[in-house]
Amino acid sequence: MTDPEIASPSAFPEPSVLATHSAATVRPVHDEFHGDLLEVSMGPQHPSTHGVFRMVVTLDGEVIVKLKPVFGYLHRNHEKLGENTTYLGSMPYTDRLDYLCSMTNNWAYALAVEKLAGQPVPERAEYVRVILAEMTRLVNHMCLVGFLFNDLGTSFTPLLYAFREREKFIDLFESLSGSRMMCNFQRFGGCRANPSPEWLGAVSKLVDGFPKFLDEYEQLLTGNEILLARTQGVGCLSPELAVQAGITGPMLRASGVGYDIRKADGYGIYPRFDFRVPIGAHGDTYDRYMMRILEMRESVKILQQALRDIPAGPVMDPKSRLRNFRPKPGEAYGRIEGPKGEIGFYLISDGSPNPLRYRVRAPSFVNLTVIEDMCLGRTVADSVVILGSVDIVLGEVDR
Amino acid sequence: MMKFLTIEPVRVLLYLVGIIAFTAANAAYLVLAERKGAGRIQRRPGPNEAGWAGILQPVADGIKLLAKQVMVPPGTDSLLFRAAPLMVMAPPLLCLAVIPFGDTIVACNLNIGLLFVFSFGSINVMALMLGGWASRNKFAIISSARVVSQNVAYEIPMLLVVITMLMVTGTMNLGEIVRQQAGGFWHWNLLKVWVNPFMPVTFIIFFICMLAETNRAPFDMAEAESELVAGAFTEYGGMGFGVFFMAEYANIVVGCSLATILFLGGWQSPIGVLSGGWFGAAWFLVKLYALIFTVIWIRWTFPRTQFYSLLNLSWKILIPVSLVTLLLTGVMMKIL
Repeated sequence: MTDPEIASPSAFPEPSVLATHSAATVRPVHDEFHGDLLEVSMGPQHPSTHGVFRMVVTLDGEVIVKLKPVFGYLHRNHEKLGENTTYLGSMPYTDRLDYLCSMTNNWAYALAVEKLAGQPVPERAEYVRVILAEMTRLVNHMCLVGFLFNDLGTSFTPLLYAFREREKFIDLFESLSGSRMMCNFQRFGGCRANPSPEWLGAVSKLVDGFPKFLDEYEQLLTGNEILLARTQGVGCLSPELAVQAGITGPMLRASGVGYDIRKADGYGIYPRFDFRVPIGAHGDTYDRYMMRILEMRESVKILQQALRDIPAGPVMDPKSRLRNFRPKPGEAYGRIEGPKGEIGFYLISDGSPNPLRYRVRAPSFVNLTVIEDMCLGRTVADSVVILGSVDIVLGEVDR
Repeated sequence: MMKFLTIEPVRVLLYLVGIIAFTAANAAYLVLAERKGAGRIQRRPGPNEAGWAGILQPVADGIKLLAKQVMVPPGTDSLLFRAAPLMVMAPPLLCLAVIPFGDTIVACNLNIGLLFVFSFGSINVMALMLGGWASRNKFAIISSARVVSQNVAYEIPMLLVVITMLMVTGTMNLGEIVRQQAGGFWHWNLLKVWVNPFMPVTFIIFFICMLAETNRAPFDMAEAESELVAGAFTEYGGMGFGVFFMAEYANIVVGCSLATILFLGGWQSPIGVLSGGWFGAAWFLVKLYALIFTVIWIRWTFPRTQFYSLLNLSWKILIPVSLVTLLLTGVMMKIL
C-alpha cells in the first residue's frame, strides 16, 4: 500500500468515466506492490447486502477492480404465479415484492388492471391512494436512510430512530387494512375499506408532527463529518448512464435528471397537488441520501394537501366486479412513481380469469444493474455504502 | 493475618487473582453496560430479561458461549487458531499489573511501568493478526492486514504523545506520575497549561489513538461488520469468539486507565478532599468509567470512518501535530 497510485482510491478514474466501458477496462497493475487479485464473495449471508444478495468482488488491495452482482436466491416465480392466478388473486402477492412498500405495489397493480378493464375509480379512493402512497414513501425513505447509516457503521442507532417513527405509520396501516406490512388494500376500482374521519385525523396529526422528526433526524445526521467524507464523490452515477440503464426514482433524480412519473404521467390526481421534485447535482451517494430527505419533505406537503381536500363518498366504484373478473382481451401497462422508482405491471389479457402474461418492472432490480459501474475503483467499504444508497429490497429484485 | 497477606508470594498471588477477577468482571459487565447504554441511546431498554434489569445477562451469555463447541474450520492453522484467543487476553492482564489503582494498590510498582504497558499493549495486534491469518478466511485476512497497518499508524502518534508526557513528568513510574498531580483537578496533567499549553491537545491525540489501538468505533476497521462480517473473528465460535470480545473490553480498561493516570490524575481527588486509600481507588474507578462511557457513547453515535481516511488522519494530522507538540514542549522546557 505504499504506491501512491493505489494509496488513494481517487487515483482511479471516476466511475462515470468508466461507465460506458465494461469492467475489464480497469486492469490490475502488476508490479512489486500489487500481488494477486483477491476474489471475495460478499453474500448471500453477509450482514450488509440487504438480504440474500451476493456481490462477487475482485479486489486489488482494497480496491474493487471487478464486481459481479449475483441474485436470484429469493426467486419464487412471482410472474409465473401471476399467470396462473386470477387478477385479484395476484394482489396479495404484490405485497411481497417490495415488502416495505406494499401500498404502492398494490396501487401500481390496480392501476394496470384498471387500465386493462377501463375501470373508473371514485375520487375519494384516489385521495386515499395518494395518502397511502405518500405515507409509504415516508416509511421507505426513513428506513433507507437508517439502513444507509447502518452500512456506514452506526450500529443501528439512526435506524431505530427511523423505526420508532415508522411504527406509528404502520400502526395506521394496520388499523386501516388489518396488516402492518402486507396490506393488500387496493382493489380494481377503488380501495378495500373506507377510512374513517378518526383515521384521517390520526394521519393528519402524524403528518403534521413529521417535519419535527425530520428536522431532528437531519440535525443529527446530515452535517456529520464522517458521512460527508464517506459519501461525497463516492459512487457517482452519470446522468447519461442513468438514463441509458433505465434507472428511475430518487437515484435517477440524484444524478440530475428531472424525471418523476408523478409529474410526467400525472396519474391519479397528482396534478392537483403543489409539490416540487428535488434534483441532485453530482449523482453521488450523498446526493442520493439528500434526495430521500428532500422527497420526504415534499411528501409531507402532498399529504397535507390531500388530507385537507379529501372529499366524502364511496371508495369503491359500485360497478366494479371483483369476483369472476374477466377483462376483455388486450394489454396494459400501469406504472406509478414508487418510493424506489418506477414500479410497473404489464398485463396481457385473453379474456380469461387469469392474465395471459404478467410482468413486473421492479425498480430495485433495474437500479441495481449499474452497481458495478458505481463501485469500480472504490473500496469494499464504499461498495457497501453505494449498495445501501441504491435502496434495494430483495423481494422485488428476485421476485 | 494482615502480616500473612503482606508476604511477597501471597501478595503477588492475591493481586494475580484480583486482576484476573477485575478484568473478567469488567469484560463481562462492560458488555452489559455497553448494551444497556446502546439501548438508552437507541430508545430501547436493552437486555432486561435475565435477572433484575438484565444483571445476569453476562452470566447467561457466558454459559451460552461456554456450552458451544469451538469449531476449528478445516484448512486452518489449528495451533495458531487456538493460540490467538489466549494471546489476545494475556497482554491486558499483564498491563494491569503495573497500573496503580490507589496510592498503595498496585501489584508491581515498576519504574518503567509506562514502557511496560506499551510493550505488552502492542502484542494484542499480533494476536488479532494471527487469529485472522490462521482462520483462512478472506474477510479475516483483509481484517488482519487492516489491523496491522492501523496499529502501526496509530502507535507512532501515541508514543510521540507519551514522550511529550515523559518530558513533562520526568518519570516512567506510573505511581510517581500520579503523585505529581496531587492537590486538586487544576494540578492534573490535562489542565497544567501553565507548564505546557499543549496538554489538552496531547490528551485528545492520546484518546483518539487509544480508540484506534483498541479497534473501537469509529475506527473499528478490524471488526467492520458492515464490510467484513466480523473481521478477524469471523471463523471463531463459542468461547473463542467470547475471549476476543472480552479482550476488547479489557484493552479498553487498560487504555482508559492509562489515560486516567497520565492526564486525569489517577487516584487523586479532584477537589482535594476524600483522598487516599480506598477513596483513591474509588476516584480512579470513577474517572476510568467516565472515560469508558465516552468510548461507548462514541461507538453508538458515529458512523465508521473509511480505512484510507483513517490512515490519512494518523499520518497527515496526528503524527505532524504530535511531533510539533513534542518539539515545542522541548523548546519550552529549555527556555522556562
